[in-house]
Amino acid sequence: MPVITLTINDELVSARSGQSILEACRDHDIQLPTLCYLDGLSARGGCRLCLVDVAGSPRLLPACTTEALENMVVTTHNEKIDRYRRMILELTFAERNHTCAVCVSNENCELQSLAAELGMDHVRYDYLNPELNLDTSHERYGVDHNRCLLCLRCVRVCDEVEGAHTWDVMGRGVESRVITDLNRPWGDSESCTDCGKCVEVCPTGALFDKGSSVAEMKKEASFLRRILDGREKRQWQR
Amino acid sequence: MSKTVTIEPVTRIEGHAKITIQLDDNGKVADSRFHVTEFRGFEKFCVGRSFWEMPGITARICGICPVSHLLASSKAGDMILGVRTPAPAVALRRLMNYGQLVQSHALSFFLLSGPDLILGMDADPSQRNIAGLIAADPDLARAGIGLRAFGQKLIRSLGDRSVHPSWAVPGGVRKSLPTEQRDELLKQLPAMYATVDNALDLMKDILDRFSAEIDAYGEFPSLFMGLVAADGGLEHYDGKLRVIDSDGKVLEDSAAPESYQQLIAEAEQNWSYLKFPYYKPLGPEAGMYRVGPLARLNVCDFAGTPKADRELRQFRHYGGQGKPVTGSFYYHYARLIEILFSLERIEELLADEILIDHHIRSQAGVNQNVGIGVSEAPRGTLFHHYRVDDNGILEAVNLIIATGQNNLAMNKTVKQLAERFISGSKLDQGLLNRVEHGIRVYDPCLSCSTHEAGRMPMQIKLISAKGELLDEIERS
Ligand code: SF4
Ligand code: SF4
Ligand code: FES
Repeated sequence: MPVITLTINDELVSARSGQSILEACRDHDIQLPTLCYLDGLSARGGCRLCLVDVAGSPRLLPACTTEALENMVVTTHNEKIDRYRRMILELTFAERNHTCAVCVSNENCELQSLAAELGMDHVRYDYLNPELNLDTSHERYGVDHNRCLLCLRCVRVCDEVEGAHTWDVMGRGVESRVITDLNRPWGDSESCTDCGKCVEVCPTGALFDKGSSVAEMKKEASFLRRILDGREKRQWQR
Repeated sequence: MSKTVTIEPVTRIEGHAKITIQLDDNGKVADSRFHVTEFRGFEKFCVGRSFWEMPGITARICGICPVSHLLASSKAGDMILGVRTPAPAVALRRLMNYGQLVQSHALSFFLLSGPDLILGMDADPSQRNIAGLIAADPDLARAGIGLRAFGQKLIRSLGDRSVHPSWAVPGGVRKSLPTEQRDELLKQLPAMYATVDNALDLMKDILDRFSAEIDAYGEFPSLFMGLVAADGGLEHYDGKLRVIDSDGKVLEDSAAPESYQQLIAEAEQNWSYLKFPYYKPLGPEAGMYRVGPLARLNVCDFAGTPKADRELRQFRHYGGQGKPVTGSFYYHYARLIEILFSLERIEELLADEILIDHHIRSQAGVNQNVGIGVSEAPRGTLFHHYRVDDNGILEAVNLIIATGQNNLAMNKTVKQLAERFISGSKLDQGLLNRVEHGIRVYDPCLSCSTHEAGRMPMQIKLISAKGELLDEIERS
């Protein structure tokens, strides 16, 4: 496989051709915040947290969907990028309802830990507080749209890995919502196989095991790499 | 011409309580009102959430007695699941409730009311506070703090945090008590008993010293309500509701807590967010009842543990033959007896092998659409009533809190104090201190009352019937 060389944060690094900037960074232990990206799923470039500066580009580019190219000069952290990332997080918090203290995912939430990591300690925007519902019609799982950030990991894992394609997105902009079986209650879904992959990959308290109490939900998205390696490489490791 | 005295806190984010005392043309107290502007819309915004979250939500929102809400909410959840909660989980929940009683009562007696009780109502305001108490009686203050810390430690051993635990859940509890922590708690018990013994001696001195004014702090006939165990013993977690009148006559016995709506109606007033519950069969006036430590000791036949029963017999002398103790000042004494009782129960439970049983949570879905959970919070009987759809989403929530149930009595107490201590159309520090203490005897779960003695933010206004401000006194 052809190898390319690029500069990330003033260091010369090598990458495989075809890799994204994010993959190249991770191979070299360069940390980048991500939310919608998950190893094993197609990259979507939705959350914009992985924005990086690429010399010569007038805009910041999402590392997860931008291919690493020969001689590229990439900066992953600087004052401006950090500010943008915090702003994106603040907007995410303001868009729906994140009352961490009473959330099933409190203390085990990717959004929450990113906020801590990036030093987002307050929200400068008005909370939209839309009136969104909780669907607990499924026998084993529930979805709380108040906590959903539309990362669409659930949609992708269900389609790409489980092959059920139960999840979709409805509406535009702030009206968007993830839906099951063309907007029927999850419990009425005929396509859902009850596998729970969507719940495990959801970064927040939006998808949860039914019956979870506050701060009880703990998720482990790394199962995905394991089953994909098994499927693709016939390798099973614990 | 009538005049109005208003006592209100200066504006602060916590604590919004205001007292109005209405004088008649002769300068005598005609009426009094204790305005409460907390508890807004709480029940409404839980609608639409799931009942599984309610223990955590209610424990968070009512930060003053989180454990009590946690337990009542979990019990309401148990009923919705409709399955049996494992006995070890019930034992663990009881244990946490006793921890809560100890810590809350210790806070109330030693730290919030202690300075008033020990230094006196007219002590120099710069001394009548926790620092003054520590200066006057360092051992007592330290022991009181230690007692509270013990209760908090017990709660933390179970729920990981002493404030806002989300440990009890519908169907049981999430975590057992680690044996090392059990042993540690057991080791601390003797010192805790010693603290309560000393405090009980002190309490008797206090009753002597305050004898001239005890009857101004809410001495009046009223009903009393509380849970009692199946055998008539003192109970804080389960049991049946009992209501007695001020002659000791039993009006309700063995009433199922789930049927509370037949016993209690809630009146509303436009000057307070806190509702005014009363005993339905007797109406809003004669139906005034008190809950909490005093009520619980009045309604039970006996305590059920040796030390507490010995003390209870002495306590009952203050009521008279077969009659309940009707002075609210005795809430203080009752609190100490309940601490003693809780310590004895904690000792029993910690020694019980049932605590190490690993089955602590029953799993089930929604099997009933209504859940009612009732338990005794430190401040009195607490009701959580939920209606859920088949998926567990809340359609209606009703909470009746202890402080609400004591609302009528608190108002009456303030009136009694005003009658005794208001002189002319002037307001003084003496009245202010006593009104503050009159509210404190109930240990209400209002944020104003979480300020230590002498620090309750208050403002008194004296206003004539025409609306003229005649006098004003305030404390921030
Ligand atoms: S999903 Fe995460 S960020 Fe949102 S409320 Fe829950 S814990 Fe907080
Ligand atoms: S439900 Fe979870 S996984 Fe799905 S879009 Fe919302 S946050 Fe992402
Ligand atoms: S992780 Fe790259 S845009 Fe979300």
